[in-house]
Amino acid sequence: MATIIRRSKALSVSPLKASQTLGAALAFLGFQRAIPMLHGSQGCTAFGKVFFVRHFREPIPLQTTAMDQVTTVMGSEEAIVEGLKTLCEKSAPALIGVPTTGLAETQGSDPQMAITQFRQRYPQFAAIPIVAISTPDFSGALESGFAKATAAIIAALVPSAVRSGSEPGRQPRQVNVLVGSALTPGDIEALQTIIAAFDLEPLLLPDLSDSLDGHLDAEPFSPLTIGGTEVAALQRAGDAVATLVIGRSMCRAADTLQQLTGVPDYRFDHLMGLAATDTLLLALSAIAERPVPPKLERQRAQLQDAMLDCHFMLGMGRFAIAADPDLLHAFSALLDEVGGRTVAAVAPINAPILQEVAATSVKIGDLEDLEQIAREQQAELLISNSHGAESAARLGIPLLRAGFPQYDQLGGYQRCWIGYQGSRQTLFDLANMMLNLARGEIHPYHSLLAQKGFERPLGGST
Amino acid sequence: MKPKEIAELLDEPACAHNSKAKSGCARPKPGATAGGCAFDGAQIALLPIADVAHIVHGPIACAGSSWDNRGTRSSGSRLFRIGMTTDLTEQDVIMGRGEKRLLHAIKQAIEHYHPAAVFVYNTCVPALIGDDIGAVCKDAEARWGTPVVPIDAAGFYGTKNLGNRIAGEAMVKYVCGRREPDPLPAAAAGRTIHDIALIGEYNIAGELWHVLPLLDELGLRVLCTLSGDARFHEVQTMHRSQANMMVCSKAMINVARKLQERYATPWFEGSFYGVRDVSQALRDFARLLNDADLKQRTEQLIAREEAAIDQALVPWREQLRGRKVLLYTGGVKSWSVIAALQDLGMEVVATGTKKSTEEDKARIRELMGQDALMIEEGNPRALIQLVHDYRVDVLIAGGRNMYTALKARIPFLDINQEREFGYAGYRGMVELARQLVLTIESPIWSAVRQPAPWRHAIGEG
Repeated sequence: MATIIRRSKALSVSPLKASQTLGAALAFLGFQRAIPMLHGSQGCTAFGKVFFVRHFREPIPLQTTAMDQVTTVMGSEEAIVEGLKTLCEKSAPALIGVPTTGLAETQGSDPQMAITQFRQRYPQFAAIPIVAISTPDFSGALESGFAKATAAIIAALVPSAVRSGSEPGRQPRQVNVLVGSALTPGDIEALQTIIAAFDLEPLLLPDLSDSLDGHLDAEPFSPLTIGGTEVAALQRAGDAVATLVIGRSMCRAADTLQQLTGVPDYRFDHLMGLAATDTLLLALSAIAERPVPPKLERQRAQLQDAMLDCHFMLGMGRFAIAADPDLLHAFSALLDEVGGRTVAAVAPINAPILQEVAATSVKIGDLEDLEQIAREQQAELLISNSHGAESAARLGIPLLRAGFPQYDQLGGYQRCWIGYQGSRQTLFDLANMMLNLARGEIHPYHSLLAQKGFERPLGGST
Repeated sequence: MKPKEIAELLDEPACAHNSKAKSGCARPKPGATAGGCAFDGAQIALLPIADVAHIVHGPIACAGSSWDNRGTRSSGSRLFRIGMTTDLTEQDVIMGRGEKRLLHAIKQAIEHYHPAAVFVYNTCVPALIGDDIGAVCKDAEARWGTPVVPIDAAGFYGTKNLGNRIAGEAMVKYVCGRREPDPLPAAAAGRTIHDIALIGEYNIAGELWHVLPLLDELGLRVLCTLSGDARFHEVQTMHRSQANMMVCSKAMINVARKLQERYATPWFEGSFYGVRDVSQALRDFARLLNDADLKQRTEQLIAREEAAIDQALVPWREQLRGRKVLLYTGGVKSWSVIAALQDLGMEVVATGTKKSTEEDKARIRELMGQDALMIEEGNPRALIQLVHDYRVDVLIAGGRNMYTALKARIPFLDINQEREFGYAGYRGMVELARQLVLTIESPIWSAVRQPAPWRHAIGEG
């Protein structure tokens, strides 16, 4: 069990954390024809937009209530009403999210009251669901905001079994899938393929693989999300035979869904590596009442072979990881499985799952902390978001980019880390990076008594 | 910051927007607003000062979503690339611990990174709970002897433009005039050297370095840029500049005006984009400095450089001649880039004027003719329509419109601060031409515009 070391310094340097507000916005982006409107100053949205645009290299629908001096002092509910009206009139979204920012929460803004006012004044938009969620950036991080928003969407839009008469298992092939923010669109795509291999139909909550997978749509422009789970599909969630929950951060959302619908759920902390994927397949096999398909058995054998090949490079390897809790835990587990050691682990916020990270301790902190621990512990490879590039360069070790944001390389959003295939590729990539380090190489010894004299190294500097 | 101070900043006599209802920019509309806040503007304006520790005082969103995302380059210190924030927690907000955390944060930054100065950016939450960052900065400076400058630019104060002005104001108030320029280096012996400053030049992708050799050759010492590749001690000497250039942006016009009021420094507004504009800027310096010899040397340099660039652009002009451009960018860039594109033989069919002044628009008419199409409101759908209506070959706009254009399968060139290529100076023109040809002539367009072959088959069958 890892010891959690709390934040002890006043200044956060090279921050690892992305705000809870952005995480909430991201959850809404996994629904079709949706748009999040951040309740705060216009900069909150402008920065958020740039953050996601650079990561996904996609247009990102994101609006703002544009709090200014007047609304900040005099009350901002009217700005929410006005913003909702504008969005409904302009583009009639299928879902509007209203995550709050630190500014709105400090002011004591009441979005629920604003929504009630909006409903009273504009009954013509009654059919458009609006979900407000408290996500100030002075607590939590991207992962927790994403989970909170998913829970709020479920609470608002999934009808309870009592009210709707939904019945677990009425749709015997349907499984609900709650995916945390640690999974990329590429991961979600792979997960769907695995589920489909058992002849099951996944209903993803939310589905970033359909909205932010980087595809060229026939429509040249949309002010809303193109793709994602249909909001209407939430009506069917209560009829599923089971719910899969990926990521410990999604537990509260899972509780909400289970309380509403009574659909039994299967919870997984992550899906990286052999053991985790085995657990998923066992569950799917039980839910589907089918044996594991031969294709997946083959993939399992391929991963086993990769573990054999890679353990030479990864065994006793010294890894530094900085990521949100679920992703940090997942990587540490994958490395642990092949004998790698997580010698530096940093998360931006605390979470129960951190105690299970395969490391002696986990520091709640930033990339400066990571850099310091990695140096002390002589880490050989860094896993973090793109901000880690400068740290890795200073440490003189390679970087594997994972998490948010990734802006200095293309395609981070479609990387697949999970399942047998994703884990196999991840092991190969890590092992290749370690190979390039030329570990264990014996450095030449220059004998004091030798007759070689001074030889200037090729292209070397003094 | 008090409402009165904000009102004063919004009232900018040197800005042509001032007299109209647009002054200080209209109130943003909830649900239909794009663009950054005052903090964003202040940070953009000052972050390029490379040897300063830039501390964002607030919860994580302000720094967390924005650190290390600018295209600005430094020739030395990389301190500005390190994101620093007090990362306020709920407890800090509730218990009022913000000021204390800030003081310790400044101490930590000074002890660990030995910055030339610390800039503290105020943001919405501490502004709302009333943290007195001015007092904390003063206290910190007295305790540790490093200059600590408060930049009170909470997002809700207003737009990015206001933030630029707040930043400029802070430089004039707290930094300029605190140091005398270094004596000239030995290399300058026997030459006439004039001191100048460039305001609103951000050294995006290092493009300032296309211009600097020319200024060196003419004996123009850039005491300070505000703020591309600048150092704190350079900004301190800015008051000694003999001529200032407002580069391609009205955002910090208050700096030029105040330096003129206080130190009688003459200034002009110019651009380093396009052959004609680079030459004009150099001439304007010679004119303001009123040095006959400099004027003559400037003309010689211009003749030489223009001939060289003309030669270098021959192959590019052939590929770009008659190509149609839709330019959608704000303010001064709306005209400064037109000239550059016309220099390449391209036809600018329309330009965005959302942030342009009447003066800007007059210059646009001068360049594009009386019937120049000006786009006031840039809704993406309308932009795409214009591209189709005018058979536009390439859309030039800021990064935020990039993916809108690409999704509509329109060739695109990024002109804003996140871009990775420098277009300034004579040499920048070659890069601009190269990037334009690269996208316009790319073989991908037919591939991404055609439906899958089986779609055809079904349609035709």
